[in-house]
Parts: sequence; C-alpha cells; structure tokens
Amino acid sequence: MSLHLWIIPLLPLTGAAINGLLGKRFPKALVNAIALGSTAAAFAYALWVAMQFAGLPADQIPHIEHYATWMTAGTFSAEYGIYLDQLSLVMLLIVTGVGFLIHIYSVGYMEHEGGYYRYFAYLNIFMFFMLTLILANNYLLMFVGWEGVGLASYLLIGFWFLKDSAANAGKKAFITNRVGDFGFLIALFLLIKHFGTLQYDAVFKALAAYPVEASAGLLTAIGLLIMVGASGKSAQIPLYVWLPDAMEGPTPVSALIHAATMVTAGVYMVARSNPVFNRAPIALEVVAIIGTLTAIFAASIGMLQTDIKKVLAYSTISQLGFMFMGCGVAAYGAGIFHLMTHAFFKALLFLSAGAIIHGLGGEQDMRHMGGLRKYMPYTFWCMTVATFAIAGFPPLAAFFSKDEILWKDWSTGHHVLWLIGIIAAGMTSFYIFRLWFLTFFGEYRGAPAESSGRGHDGHDAHSHGVPHESPMIMIIPLMILAVLTFVGGWVGIPAALGGADHFDHFLEPVFHSTVEAAPGAETVAAPAESPSEHEDTGTELLLMAISVAAAAIGLFGAWFLYYKRTDLPARMAQAAGGLYTFVLEKYRVDEFYGAAIIRPIVLASTNILWKGIDVTLIDGAVNESAAGAQDVSEGLRHMQSGNIRSYAGWVAFGAAVVIAFMVWKGVR
Amino acid sequence: MVPLSYYLILSAILFACGVAGFLIKRNIITIFMSIELMLNAVNLTFVAFAAELRLLSGHVFVFFVMVVAAAEAAVGLAIIISVFRTRETLNVDRINLLKL
Repeated sequence: MSLHLWIIPLLPLTGAAINGLLGKRFPKALVNAIALGSTAAAFAYALWVAMQFAGLPADQIPHIEHYATWMTAGTFSAEYGIYLDQLSLVMLLIVTGVGFLIHIYSVGYMEHEGGYYRYFAYLNIFMFFMLTLILANNYLLMFVGWEGVGLASYLLIGFWFLKDSAANAGKKAFITNRVGDFGFLIALFLLIKHFGTLQYDAVFKALAAYPVEASAGLLTAIGLLIMVGASGKSAQIPLYVWLPDAMEGPTPVSALIHAATMVTAGVYMVARSNPVFNRAPIALEVVAIIGTLTAIFAASIGMLQTDIKKVLAYSTISQLGFMFMGCGVAAYGAGIFHLMTHAFFKALLFLSAGAIIHGLGGEQDMRHMGGLRKYMPYTFWCMTVATFAIAGFPPLAAFFSKDEILWKDWSTGHHVLWLIGIIAAGMTSFYIFRLWFLTFFGEYRGAPAESSGRGHDGHDAHSHGVPHESPMIMIIPLMILAVLTFVGGWVGIPAALGGADHFDHFLEPVFHSTVEAAPGAETVAAPAESPSEHEDTGTELLLMAISVAAAAIGLFGAWFLYYKRTDLPARMAQAAGGLYTFVLEKYRVDEFYGAAIIRPIVLASTNILWKGIDVTLIDGAVNESAAGAQDVSEGLRHMQSGNIRSYAGWVAFGAAVVIAFMVWKGVR
Repeated sequence: MVPLSYYLILSAILFACGVAGFLIKRNIITIFMSIELMLNAVNLTFVAFAAELRLLSGHVFVFFVMVVAAAEAAVGLAIIISVFRTRETLNVDRINLLKL
C-alpha cells in the first residue's frame, strides 16, 4: 500500500513556485491563500498519514516508498524515496504543524513589510526542503534537504538584505554550515566506500554485522563526522556562532527555522544514525560531551544578553545541547522528546518575543521594556506558560523531556554530565525568568512615541506611543502553541510519576531493533535496568526534585535581581568586573575565531592564493603566453613586407631548400 | 648527340639568371623579361625531356607555355604602359601605393 507521501513535500514546493515566480503581482490575500493553503494541506495530509500509520502492521514499519532512481554510478545508486517510521512521523508532524502555525503568525507579523510574497515563497521552500530532509530514505536525499534548508535559512536571515548586518549574518550562517557539511559529506563518502549504498535500510542492515567498536575505528569516524555535520546545523560547539547572528532575520523565521525545526535537523540525523552510534561508543560519548558543554556554555552567555532575541538564541543553542546530551547517552527517545517539546515552547517564546517586538515597533532591547503585562495580556500569559515550561516546572512540557534526559544521563552513569546539566537547567531558569521579569514587570522603560522610529528588526515605525497588543492572527497561534506547551509533555510522563512514557515506547522500534541485532551494544545503549526497581524510582524522583529545585532557585534569583532589587545587577556586574565583561562579550569566541581562523585564512588567501597563485602564476602564465605570442608575431611581421620581390625571394629560397633537400635525399 | 644533362644545366643556369634578374632589377620591363627568361628555361627542359623520352606531350606543353607567355606579355605590357602613363616611372619600388 502506498501512502503517496511525495505529496507532502510537493505541496509547499508548489506554493513556493507559484508565490516565488508570480507572487509579485498578487494581492496579499492571494499570497496568503497560496502559502497558508499549501502548508495547511501538507499538515492535514500529514495528520491523515499519521492515522494510516497507526493502522500499519508492525512488519510494514518502516514504511518505505520508492519512486525513481535519481542517479547511478557504477554499483552505487541513489533514488527518490521516502522512509516513514515513528521517528520521521514525529518530525513530520512537528514540522508541518509548527510550520503551519508560524505561517499564520507571519501573516500578522509581516503585514507592514516589503517583499511579502518573497517571504512566503522562502518560507514554503524551507518547508519543502525540511520535509525532504526528514522523509528521505537515503542519506544523499537527506543531504539535499540538508543543504536546501541551509539555503532557505540563508535567504531568510538575509531577508532584509539592504541591512549590512543581516546580509553578513546570512553569509556567516551559510559559511559556518559549510564547515559542518564538509564533515557530513565525508561521512557519506565513508558510507559509500564501505557499504556501497546510502539507503537507510541497506546501511542499517549492513551495520548489523558490525560489532561494537572497542576503540576508534570506521564507525567511530563516521559517527564523529556525522556529529561535525550535526554541530554545524544544530549550532553546537564549536560551530554554534552563526545562530545568535541569525536573529537578524524576521522573528517568525527565528521561531520556525532557528528554533523549532531546522536547527533540530542535527539531532534528527544523530537519532536517525543511531545504528552507527550504538556501535561507536566513543563517538557517542563525544556527542554527549559536546551537547553538555554547549548546554552550559550557551546558557551562561544567555544569562547576560540584553537583546530579547539573543537570549532566546542562546537558549536555543543550550536546549539543543540538552538534546544531544540525551542522544549521547543513547537515549535518542529522550532527545527526540525534548526536540518536540522544545519545538513547542521555543516557537512560543520566539513568537511571543515577536509579538512584543511588533507591539513596541521594533524594540528588541530588554532594558527598554518592562511593565508590558498590562499592555499585552495575551502575550503575557502565553509567554508565561512557555517561561515556566522551559524552566522545567511540572506539569509543563519541558519538565518531562528535560528530566528524562537528565535521568538517562544519571542512570547510564554519566554523573558529571548530569551535574553540569542540572547547573545548565538552573541557568536556563534564571535567564528565562530574567527575560520574563525584565519585559513584563516593573515600569515601562521605553521612551514613548519616538522610540518606535528605530526600525529594529526591519519594522518601520507605525507610529504608536504606547505598546499595543498584537492582532488576533498573531495571538491565536500563540494560544495554540501555549496549549501544546502545556500538554505536550504528557505523552511522555515517566513511569516514576505513574505515567506510561508512551512517547518513548512509540519510538522504541526505531532505536532498539538495531541494538538487539548486535548484543554487544547493550552495554552502551540500554538504560540501566537494575533489579532494584524501587530504588531506581526513588532516585529518579529525587533527581526530579533536584531539577525542580534548580529551576526554583533560578526563578528566585531572577526575581530577586530583576524585580525586587533592580539596583543589584549593575553593582554585581561592577564587582565581577572583567569576568562580567568577558561573559557579556560571549566569551569573545567570535573574536577568537576571527583571529585564529578567519584572519589567517583571509591573509593566506590574499597573499598566497590571490597575489601569489592567482596573480603571479595563473594570470602570469596567461599574460606571458600572450606576450610571447606577440613577440613571435613581432618578429614574423617583418616577413610580410608588402614588397613583391622579397616574397619572390622567399619563394626562391624555399624552392632552393626543397631542391637541396631532394638532392641530398637522392645522394643518400 | 648532346646529353640530356647539358640541356638541363643550361636551363638551370637560364632559370637562375631569370630569378636573379627578377629579384635584383628594379626596372619593371627588365623584371618582365626575367620572367620570360624563366618561362623559356622551363620550355627548354620540356623539349629536352621530350626529345630524350621521344614523347609528344613535352612539345605540347611548350606550346601551351608559349601561348600563355604571349598572352601574359600582351596583358603585362599593357599594364606597364598604363602604369607608366600615370606614375611616369618604371621603378617597382616607387609603385607602392597599395603598400601599408
């Protein structure tokens, strides 16, 4: 039975094609109808697919559809095909669902912007590539989607391309991603070399014959290279630098691409490649360590940022770190669970931030906000849900997903990672409540009327002195997301709290079937199912209590510093001195990269490649051969004197030579 | 009987004289005569070979060459006369209007 899954990515592509090619002349309503209609149709179809999927017998999962051969080279061939299992189904629903909500929101947010049709064409093309990425049945097709979302991200970050910083941020994102793509590509080459195929099912089947690698080997190399790719796309250390800059794009874009969907592609890829990672414990360990470090590193930067979107950007990096932390201890289910809840609450946070920015006429600096609770009550309540969710308070979504990750860290013996994770969770709580208090409480600190003329985030002043609530078309998606943020975690309530952890069990076939095929992997992959079940439950509950306590401490700290004693932060900053500036300047990582990598490359390119090789060698060779030809011609030119007798002389001379040659030949 | 090589050597000398005259002389009439000399040197080899090999085709060729030479002389002299009328010189180095 075919589910005709090709329709799903094709719908937004059609929308993008129509809007992108013809949209310039369309009225806004028609652009909306095409963009939203195609996305809504994709979402509806995805829901239908989900229902069909539930009815599929277990032996037909994964459901694979082959359409056509894309290319053949020797024994290698790649095809167009779709691979639908529990993992891609979850991603499919997240991408189409959240994507659709953000499309709706964009209608309100982008209302006053130029290039309206262009924006929606880009957004649809992003949907197409993202769906290709998650539905592909081989790594090469996934790579197409992978690059495509990178392109869409570039186009949308640089949407206001007349602004230098936006154009540069787009380039930075694209180039940083190229570094990661390089690793991904080499991983693909290794897969082709050793398995001769990139089809998921064939690769995973071939992998079953491989033992778990005790030391670094082929699979470790592939795993690490995949992680390089993932750290580019998912903004992990050391390639995270592009994501904060990507906030130059319109806020709905930040919500869709740089929070909810695209940046989670790396997590998806790692989870998808779990048969590789399960057999390469070293690579898996690296994933966990990178994730953990990123989580705490980005959270610490986020604590001091003043730009509301930058805080959320660092928060995204940090939360992605949590996801990798989960995947890195082979708890892929937990990672994907957090991916899903994160898609809800981070999209909600970004969209609420967008509503605030919209309502303030483009103001993004939190120091100029405050007291917005009474101006934008709906936004306030939606944001509150998201804030408590990300901080990790039960019963909101992120509590369950984050705690599952932390619990898996602990139960697989990664106690240090757990500790760092808890600290990062506390920091998360602190920075998000800091944002919450700074924006919604206290007195409004923005200058009335004139401040709206700043045109931040590309918003032109639509002259209003007082902050105002956003239109309903922006509020409704917020509310839907708030509900999802509230209840989204309930599908994965752990057994320790009397739940059944449906989400994990749903995903189990994806992650565990291959582990069973290689019994040795058990040691790494299986969570510690020790006989003392009760003790475990006790520990799990204790750990949960600790993480809630960490969240509460963060809440209290933020409340004390940014609500109760608002004079304290400045004095503390003074006291901390250099350290404060160091963190405020994001640990000077950009400067470090600039000095250590970019400057040498620029210098080498200028002096060696440009002035050395290009100008001297390549241009030199071309110029010299031209000059040489000219010199030769200059010499030969004198033969063509225009004097008939000299020609006759040459003829006679030539004849004489020919005769002499013949005579000489005859003599011989 | 005179051996063939004598004729050939004589004809080569005549041809060389023609070439030398063509290359050295400036007077267009002299150059013209040098060309005639070269043609007749070739004619001499033709008849020499014809006599040696007892073939008629050599003679036929000679007549062709003579006819062409006569025609050429007629046309060439006419050109020379008209050039002389306009340029008032027979020096080929002066007749260089077409030269770059």
